[in-house]
Amino acid sequence: MALKRKNVNYISGKESRNISKRNREITRRLEKERNNSKKDSSLYMTKMHDENNVVEMDNVCTYFFTDIGVVRAVDGVSFNIPKCSTVGVVGESGCGKSVTSLSLMQLVQRPTGQVVGGEIRLNNDDGTAYNIVNTPTSIMQEIRGNKVSMIFQEPMTSLNPVFKIGAQINEVLELHNKEMTKEEIRERTLEMLKMVGIANAEGVYNMYPHELSGGMRQRVMIAIALACSPKLIIADEPTTALDVTIQAQILDLLRNLKDKINSSIMLITHDLGVIAEMADYVVVMYAGRVVEKGTAQDIFHNPCHPYTIGLMNSKPVVGKQVEELYNIPGNVPNPINMPNYCYFKDRCEFCDKEKCSGRYPPEIKISDTHIVSCYRFMDQGEVMGYPKIINTEEL
Amino acid sequence: MEDIVKDTAVNESETKNDYVLEVRNLKKYFPIKSSFLRLVIGNVKAVDGVSFAIKRGTTMGLVGESGCGKSTVGRTLLRLQSKTEGEVIFDGVDIFKLSKKELRKIRPKIQIIFQDPYSSLSPRMPIGEIIGEAVREHNIVPPEEYEDYISRIMRACGLQEYYKDRYPHEFSGGQRQRICIARALALNPDFIVCDEPVSALDVSIQAQIINLLKQLQRDFNLTYLFISHDLSVVEHISDTVGVMYLGSMVEYSETEKIFSNPLHPYTKALFSAIPVPDPDYKMERIVLEGSIPSPANPPKGCKFHTRCKDCMKMCECVVPNYKEVEPGHFCACHLYNSEEENQAAEEEMKKLEEEAELANKPGTPAAEPEDEVVEDAKEEEKASETKE
Repeated sequence: MALKRKNVNYISGKESRNISKRNREITRRLEKERNNSKKDSSLYMTKMHDENNVVEMDNVCTYFFTDIGVVRAVDGVSFNIPKCSTVGVVGESGCGKSVTSLSLMQLVQRPTGQVVGGEIRLNNDDGTAYNIVNTPTSIMQEIRGNKVSMIFQEPMTSLNPVFKIGAQINEVLELHNKEMTKEEIRERTLEMLKMVGIANAEGVYNMYPHELSGGMRQRVMIAIALACSPKLIIADEPTTALDVTIQAQILDLLRNLKDKINSSIMLITHDLGVIAEMADYVVVMYAGRVVEKGTAQDIFHNPCHPYTIGLMNSKPVVGKQVEELYNIPGNVPNPINMPNYCYFKDRCEFCDKEKCSGRYPPEIKISDTHIVSCYRFMDQGEVMGYPKIINTEEL
Repeated sequence: MEDIVKDTAVNESETKNDYVLEVRNLKKYFPIKSSFLRLVIGNVKAVDGVSFAIKRGTTMGLVGESGCGKSTVGRTLLRLQSKTEGEVIFDGVDIFKLSKKELRKIRPKIQIIFQDPYSSLSPRMPIGEIIGEAVREHNIVPPEEYEDYISRIMRACGLQEYYKDRYPHEFSGGQRQRICIARALALNPDFIVCDEPVSALDVSIQAQIINLLKQLQRDFNLTYLFISHDLSVVEHISDTVGVMYLGSMVEYSETEKIFSNPLHPYTKALFSAIPVPDPDYKMERIVLEGSIPSPANPPKGCKFHTRCKDCMKMCECVVPNYKEVEPGHFCACHLYNSEEENQAAEEEMKKLEEEAELANKPGTPAAEPEDEVVEDAKEEEKASETKE
């Protein structure tokens, strides 16, 4: 009994103290670098590899330095968000999809969480680009809400309960448009409220969040996010807390508004139905890494990675009767002790002992748009390269 | 006292039929109290006349938007809260007529699994105790078999035996939901209310839990009332489906019938809003305008008429009957009225109109206060509409 109860992941107090001491050293140095206010602009201005993208993620690594070890929440994630398109990011909870979006906004909880490597290039539309990873906070404040904005999951908790709706939308406009007068701002706010389908804009302008229903609050959140016509909207599970009928309304609204202001959407969700309906490109994440990416057609008609296939089969679909749902055996690996082989190997049904031995599989291009990280396709496509791994000892 | 219990037991076996549970015209109102003097100034009609019956060994799905009263139905029929009106007959016994002692006897037979596995387990109790507490309390098994029994139940729910001494915080969401299921199952129930058991879980974990629920149903001949807002899950697990809107049942039928041929406009809109995981699938979506009206002040006539695209004049004032439109397919909508019903509805409409005219004329003091109430209600409706 005593043997069984001993936890493999148990660490003693002494070990934990040593870990936190080392973490403090690393995070302090990284923070110092970041807070350097006299940073030369050449350090964070780069060029886009492709001008038609709004955002290019290149081997982004976001780690959390916790007292029980380093959690590699996002570990070498690369994908692009083209202009005027919707990119859906799917995965189970804890797979790093939210942390990816937070890294893009530089909103990761510091100092525990740090973007330690890679590049996030944000198009500046004049031939230059920001590398978000190195951009100082003062410049980030101009970008957030203006060029990139975010819609959060819970409309109930993300609006401030003590300010009126009007004031909360005005705030964004005031911050980013210093030349606008108060009247102009008010007009623009009312226009925004009408745009997101609120009929009684004048009335809602003077209301507090608690007076509105969940769907209405999510509309207000969208109005705040769109106020400055950003080029990228990050929607982090925008409809998870809402009913199906309200969800349909909100998705319709997002799709129409995206075309109206010519922006891109990064849609994070775990609902494959929502992704299929909204997204042009799909990125499937598992345990902090991208396992498959491609156009919606690629992913839904020809899913290649065993995890994607499992995910598709485990969701009941209306109109398709199955006796038993497929369930992916086993659990997600412990984020602190990630294995040094394919992360999905222990749960995989297609696993081949010879093929799948060795390190984490590289990205393999099996068609122009379709990329998958799985040894099964080693001979069927061009190998793009392994995700870059950052050794925490070297930091 | 024991004699009475025995009597009811005899009654049970006599009246035992196909239906485990029958609900007749169940109503549950929550009073709205004024801030001063705590006078009751209105009622939130959370459940307003719901009737259905569940056959032994089957699953009934209950769907609807949040706030339509599905969870209240689940809680009320377990007598976790009192009713306002109606009957709940479980195995031939009206649950609300039982005394405290009798109710205690029947409690193990009816169990519930809650939505949130994170808040429905006591953080200070080890798993074995959580599952076994009620078993000991109700003397389900003799004390010497207790340990074995708990282990057996845990294995049936896919939990390892040695988890017994662990605490809830050591488990993931899916495992916690398994613990909740084991806790309900340990009492050897006939009927389980599953109140959104999978909506707090991830897709792949959802599949595990749904499969487990189905397998347990086969093994133990359980009956489920499956409350959920996820229609695809309901379609997968249920034999019959009831659709609720603002406290009333608007449609009820077998799963295949209701999904292939929804009758009520609300059901149609609800089903068309389900996202389909196929990028090439283009459907004609019926997008409902606005949100669900307040149950404290529901619209007159058909409750759905404010959002219905097939709204007729009679819908605005006459409440539609809940009737069998096709064999085994119940629906409450004027679209499927027989001619007699149409006539009755029109007569009622005329009557209402005349009353309204009378009330509008000056010098009819008796009708005046009623009129004011109507106007107030209309104003409030307008206000709520504008809010939306």
